[in-house]
Amino acid sequence: MRRSALRWGFSNGLPIALGYLPVAVTFGILGNQSGLSVAAVTGMSAWVYAGASQFLAVKMIADGIGTLEIILATLILNFRHFLMSTVLARRLGVSRLEGAALSYWVTDETFVVASLHAAAEEPKPLGFLIMALMAYLSWLTGTFAGGMFAELIPVRIVDGMGIGLYALFIALLVPSARKHWQFALVAAASALTAWGLSRLLPGLSEGWVLIAATLGVSALGTLLPGAEEES
Amino acid sequence: MIWLLLGGMFLVTYIPRLLPFLFARELDLPVWVQKWLKFFPYAALGALIFPGILTAVPGKPVLAAGAGILAALCALFIRNITVIVVLAIAVVLLFQNLSIW
Repeated sequence: MRRSALRWGFSNGLPIALGYLPVAVTFGILGNQSGLSVAAVTGMSAWVYAGASQFLAVKMIADGIGTLEIILATLILNFRHFLMSTVLARRLGVSRLEGAALSYWVTDETFVVASLHAAAEEPKPLGFLIMALMAYLSWLTGTFAGGMFAELIPVRIVDGMGIGLYALFIALLVPSARKHWQFALVAAASALTAWGLSRLLPGLSEGWVLIAATLGVSALGTLLPGAEEES
Repeated sequence: MIWLLLGGMFLVTYIPRLLPFLFARELDLPVWVQKWLKFFPYAALGALIFPGILTAVPGKPVLAAGAGILAALCALFIRNITVIVVLAIAVVLLFQNLSIW
């Protein structure tokens, strides 16, 4: 059992770590360009560990926006993880203390991997921890490298490598979508909702768009026929 | 000042992730809420992929979308997600410097 948790952790952690690396390097470079020290950018990756919020924060720092406003924007953008942790807290079967530690490594990616119902094996807490630590180490290493060697790395190239995370999401979605049309429909409707919301309300934070699409479209999903049995 | 910012950002990112693990863990939720939660990962995935993918490769939405479609096609045949991630990155690296997009 322990062995299978190890295998689960490594095999699911590897694609996330690969996907994170170029994104973290890009973040390190951009942080460096907005005047942050290597220690500060790496520290942000270590203690904040919230991809999109970190990019937003260095942009706001570069624009000279105040500390409180940046913190508020971070809260808004990251509040989606409240929904994700709610799902994981019920699925992972951990004690409060274990949960308090594991929750630090809940990201969009670790959430999706650990919560897909079509996954062959249920995630064990140990498996989740290994996957999450691989992702975290990749994020830290990439940030440090990007900050350290900012002048040597062409940012446009590494930035494009961020496609890896989208490939990860797509590769995770396809098998479940093939298995249950309800999940395919919900994902497609949610994508369209997110797109529509961001077009109609350009001022709306990405975080709210994701929250609104997730809550709204999931509610509609419960009305689909056959939604009871799929679990 | 930067360290104050990091401390504040730490709190506002960690607390929303932490709270459900403290309180929602064993909560007896009504059946409809449990059904609702079941769809969260799929709805979140949809909204995480699109429209964000269009801006994944700076200035090249067609290339980004193409790499996404390729990833979807590969996912029909390949179960190994790492392979698909590497493939999509390789395609973007190969074609990024062509001006036809």
